[in-house]
Amino acid sequence: MKKELLSILKDNCRLSVEEIAVMLGTTADEVKTAMEELDEKGVILAYKALIDWEKVDHEYVTAYIEVKVTPQRGQGFDKVAERIYKYPQVTACSLVSGGFDLFVVVEGKNMKEVALFVAEKLAPIDSVMSCATHFVLKKYKDSGVIFNKTYEDDREAVVL
Amino acid sequence: MNIKQMVRKNILETPPSGIRKYFDMVNEMEDVISLGIGEPDFETPWTIREEGIYSLERGKTHYSSNAGFIELRREISNYMNNRFGLKYDPKDEILVTVGGSEAIDISIRTFVGPGDEVIVPEPSFVAYKGCVMFAGATPVTVELKAEDRFKLKPEQIVNAITDKTKAIIIGYPNNPTGATMDYDDYKAIVEVLKDKDIIVISDELYAELTYEGKHVSIAQFPEMKDRTIVINGFSKAFAMTGWRIGYACGPADALEQMKKIHQYALMCSPTTAQYAAIEALKNGEPEVRRMVEEYNRRRLVMVDGFRKIGLNCFEPLGAFYVFPDIRVSGLSSDEFCERLLMQERVLMVPGNAFGACGEGFVRATYATSIDNIREALVRMRRFLESL
Repeated sequence: MKKELLSILKDNCRLSVEEIAVMLGTTADEVKTAMEELDEKGVILAYKALIDWEKVDHEYVTAYIEVKVTPQRGQGFDKVAERIYKYPQVTACSLVSGGFDLFVVVEGKNMKEVALFVAEKLAPIDSVMSCATHFVLKKYKDSGVIFNKTYEDDREAVVL
Repeated sequence: MNIKQMVRKNILETPPSGIRKYFDMVNEMEDVISLGIGEPDFETPWTIREEGIYSLERGKTHYSSNAGFIELRREISNYMNNRFGLKYDPKDEILVTVGGSEAIDISIRTFVGPGDEVIVPEPSFVAYKGCVMFAGATPVTVELKAEDRFKLKPEQIVNAITDKTKAIIIGYPNNPTGATMDYDDYKAIVEVLKDKDIIVISDELYAELTYEGKHVSIAQFPEMKDRTIVINGFSKAFAMTGWRIGYACGPADALEQMKKIHQYALMCSPTTAQYAAIEALKNGEPEVRRMVEEYNRRRLVMVDGFRKIGLNCFEPLGAFYVFPDIRVSGLSSDEFCERLLMQERVLMVPGNAFGACGEGFVRATYATSIDNIREALVRMRRFLESL
């Protein structure tokens, strides 16, 4: 049941526990308990909205940054990753395979703010060898959702 | 000349579908939630659409062989074997048609004509009866019962058989009831049909939309395979209604004759759709699973919702329809649907549009968003309380 519950929540976390219970063939109480358990165990980390900030008056810029680092003896990449992801400006941080080591997503009000963060905070970290900053110009799709797509139901009103 | 007088009697006497007035009503209204649309609300998965586009870009705009591209027939053959354990030779036991609808029409026309009777269980898809009548044959209705969960029972067939019976049309998972037939249900009717000269036309368009257990085809019974035409297609499973592509599988000697009608009436199925269909069978499975999972969630919410507002309904295990009993409202199916539409702007289809025995029921589809279902249930509760 937990896997199915997670798959439902992943698609839509605004369904009521009653509705989820119907979908899972169980009771609302059971769903509530299961969700609390999943929260406690840290399986479910957050329930967030996906927002297209372009549509509201909101100054906002995202940068994808390729970071090359020197791994530290005995600590690998974890220590330096931690130093990076603790900044609130960093919204995502992953260790990746390939031509660089850490893939870091930084958000800020404008390009200047992000550039300053990279120059003053990220790049000077001891084991950071280099940073390549890519500013996002337009977002097409995120978390499985296509931006700027309006769904119009133009089917015939009745089909037998 | 009065051109209407020139029209064949069979055509004139076949009634038009009983829902035309709803179109007119809906056209005058705004903010209608339609639970009356018998097709997926999903768009065709992109990987499938893109193959159609590529085929056009490559200039693949010609006829295919009458039976359809052999590559597509091979894919269909593999699919039927892998999914349902049915073996059909791509060479001469599979015919690609213009939707399942064409397959229904030509399989009826190949076997039945004036003087023949065809057993048509109802409520069922409206085209069965129409096609039988166009062929000049007589439909013999069998009334499926809510207390049987709208399954076809052996004694119903026995009672309908005469020495004129030439064929029977079976459609499960069923439109409009959402009913399914499991192995034991079929076993019982196979006992009746296996030694009779009656062709079985089995419409299995909704096979993929089976929510409990596995879809069973009557052709899986060895004693039935040589007398059964299995009809399937891409519209429902792969959300490809507008592409118009389906297929018929059956004994080579039958398919060879069906192919003649198909050849002269249609030449071949649209080739863009055929290229897309190859991709559907090769790589469409994960998308099918995703859609089926979503339908299933909505199904459970809709059935639960109807029961909670006081409408009796058996649990439909297939297709994307719920068929609640609305007799508690004291209204006829038609009155119920008309008043619900006028008062609350929710559109459903009266059960009797699918045969007289559908009276007292309505068809609601969950091929619409969960938000629409939720809102429709709120409006329906208000409607029922107003009666």
